[in-house]
Amino acid sequence: MGDIRVMRDDLLPPAPPERRHLLSIADLSRDDVQRLLATARSFARSLEREMKKLPTLRGRTVVNMFYESSTRTSSSFELAAKRLSADTMSIKASGSSVDKGESLKDTALTLGAYDPDVIVIRHPQIGAAQFVARVTRAHVVNAGDGKHQHPTQALLDLYTLQEEFGRLEGLHVAIVGDVLHSRVARSLIQALRLLDATVTLVAPPPLLPRDVEAMGCETSSEIEAIGAADVVYVLRMQRERMQEGANYVPSLREYAARWGVTPERLRPGQKIMHPGPMNRGVEIDPRVADAADALIETQVRAGLVTRMAVLYDLLTTGPIGVKAARLTEVA
Amino acid sequence: MLYSTAAPGENLIIRGARVLDPSGNVDALLDVRIDGGTIAELGARLDPNAHRLIQAEGLTLAPAFVDPHVHLRTPGREDEETIASGTQAAAAGGYCAILAMPNTDPVVDSAAVLGSLSEAAETEAEIPVGFLAAITKGQGGAELTGMGELADAGAAGFTDDGRPVTAPGLMRRALQYGAVTGLPFAVHCEEPTLSREGQMHEGAVSAELGFTGYPSVAESLMVERDLSLAAYERRPIHVLHVSARESVEALARARASGVRATGEVTPHHLCFTDEAVRSLDPNLKMNPPLRGAADRAALIDGLRDGTIQAVATDHAPHARHEKEVPFEAAPFGVTGLETSFAALYTHLVEPGLISLETLLQRMSSGAAAIYGVPAPRIAAGEPANLVLLDLAASRRIEESDFKSRSANSWLLGERVTGKVRLTVAVGRVVYEG
Repeated sequence: MGDIRVMRDDLLPPAPPERRHLLSIADLSRDDVQRLLATARSFARSLEREMKKLPTLRGRTVVNMFYESSTRTSSSFELAAKRLSADTMSIKASGSSVDKGESLKDTALTLGAYDPDVIVIRHPQIGAAQFVARVTRAHVVNAGDGKHQHPTQALLDLYTLQEEFGRLEGLHVAIVGDVLHSRVARSLIQALRLLDATVTLVAPPPLLPRDVEAMGCETSSEIEAIGAADVVYVLRMQRERMQEGANYVPSLREYAARWGVTPERLRPGQKIMHPGPMNRGVEIDPRVADAADALIETQVRAGLVTRMAVLYDLLTTGPIGVKAARLTEVA
Repeated sequence: MLYSTAAPGENLIIRGARVLDPSGNVDALLDVRIDGGTIAELGARLDPNAHRLIQAEGLTLAPAFVDPHVHLRTPGREDEETIASGTQAAAAGGYCAILAMPNTDPVVDSAAVLGSLSEAAETEAEIPVGFLAAITKGQGGAELTGMGELADAGAAGFTDDGRPVTAPGLMRRALQYGAVTGLPFAVHCEEPTLSREGQMHEGAVSAELGFTGYPSVAESLMVERDLSLAAYERRPIHVLHVSARESVEALARARASGVRATGEVTPHHLCFTDEAVRSLDPNLKMNPPLRGAADRAALIDGLRDGTIQAVATDHAPHARHEKEVPFEAAPFGVTGLETSFAALYTHLVEPGLISLETLLQRMSSGAAAIYGVPAPRIAAGEPANLVLLDLAASRRIEESDFKSRSANSWLLGERVTGKVRLTVAVGRVVYEG
């Protein structure tokens, strides 16, 4: 059995000087991202041990508020908190007072009354995480707010890329699909640009946000544009966000024919990523999803350690957006 | 028609202010004597006699403001605003007259609803208020209201504000038939299939934040349609809350070709851009949305050169709990009556983007002309409609400041310069601060 170092008192989480949140990648500095990735790496090493639980956040409470369905994000946040010995509580919109018409403010105040250290929120409306941050005293983690942001997804994607390529700077990532409705794309573009990676967006013209180039990326409506990339990041065609009769694309069949990522459209050695859940046969060919070059399961594993790093960082490290004095190695 | 409580005019001497009436070419340090609510004399060291003396050295006395676009939320949402609270808020903002929009519950689409409002105004309106009536029944965009009857009942004009008249054929009929009323028509220009689900201006900021865009063209396309219809029917038309550069350009072209078109612009569109929405503060959500820097520049140019004649607050009160939600869930609309002058003085006059004289004209006589309200003037024989301004006073806008029943101000927490010290409306002091 590997030895577990008992943490000294001065390494236990101190009372945070001010409330810090993870609401948007736009709030992070490059130092913040590098510190989070380093922390995630050290957690990955600790998870290789037989005894996977760390005492780091013992006595802390993490509340998960999920107003949208989620498998990987909610499960990985819950497991991340448990791996760090925090107490967790999960509230879903259905089956709670939300069903009775309780407002987000009142639900947040109610849960806030238990003095949770962290509230993780997933909500269908843009600005929900910012709103909860304004009305409670907890540290808030945005686990997806409408089409706006999904910062922990972007961080786990960076972690996956860093582990695969050993670097982020200069990597070329093509993001393919429904960029318009994708919080994953928005967070990822910002995160990749922060670390000096190159981004090309490939989508049918109506699914590319107007003026999105201002985020520092190239755009194309030709699937051939993925050819130059090191990584092809495939977005889900979000059927539930495609308004009836909105006519972004004539049909999913036509989308799949022109923009579906198939083996024929890939170069040997190109890596494939997808945030899940996949629509096999629509945005991604099943042969691509199951190929050796797909990093999709790696992403899921990265989700756990990245979310552990986020929880740990919020409760222990200096303010987000402020230059870190040193990288923190734990365990 | 304007309605307010009947009260005797006061006897006042306002001493030593810089009297500034751009339309009357007055700009001098003068005393102003008001006898029984009427301006009697402008001169040096006037004898106070039995008049109430108001010391105004260091302050600026201007014609009071007129707001052509206010939502009084009555009937239906008296928790958000009433005729009493809305006109008190207007008085605090330096206004001597306001025009109320008909998108209430029920909609002002019948003489009965209009009559109940004008009656209520006669007992509770602090300053004169005019009521616009709807163009279509229930603002449903299908059937014209009884415009003749509404005109006879005292409507100030017609609009479906809050919604466009979507069908061009119906808009044409409204302009044709509306001619018999002789009243102004005001249009909310929004092409609904282009603005659908839109939360903010479409551009680089919406791309980054993920909001569904409400593109400029959703407005300007409808502005061009309504200007074309007005030109074809040879009827005047007023474009409400112009927000896009392309709309200003369309308005300028139409005016140059002889169309009797007017336009108004809000303080928030003149002061802020879509960059402000990055805060995700629901008090920055309104329809039309805050637009880009080029749009803001075009609006300022348009206001300066007279393509746009009036500042209109589009004062839109909302209950606190309705705005205490994520941005995407919040209703459109912000308040503005009590902050308009300070906002524009701070953001336009102080940085030199527009002169104080032009601003005062666009907030007063320019706005009055749209609905045929007599222009406030500082001259002997005129009814006293005056605002006394402190151009040096600086303050932070706080939620507790407001007379309005709602505090969904886009300026909360902002520091502004310029304060209304006194408002006189039809000869009566209606606000002192």
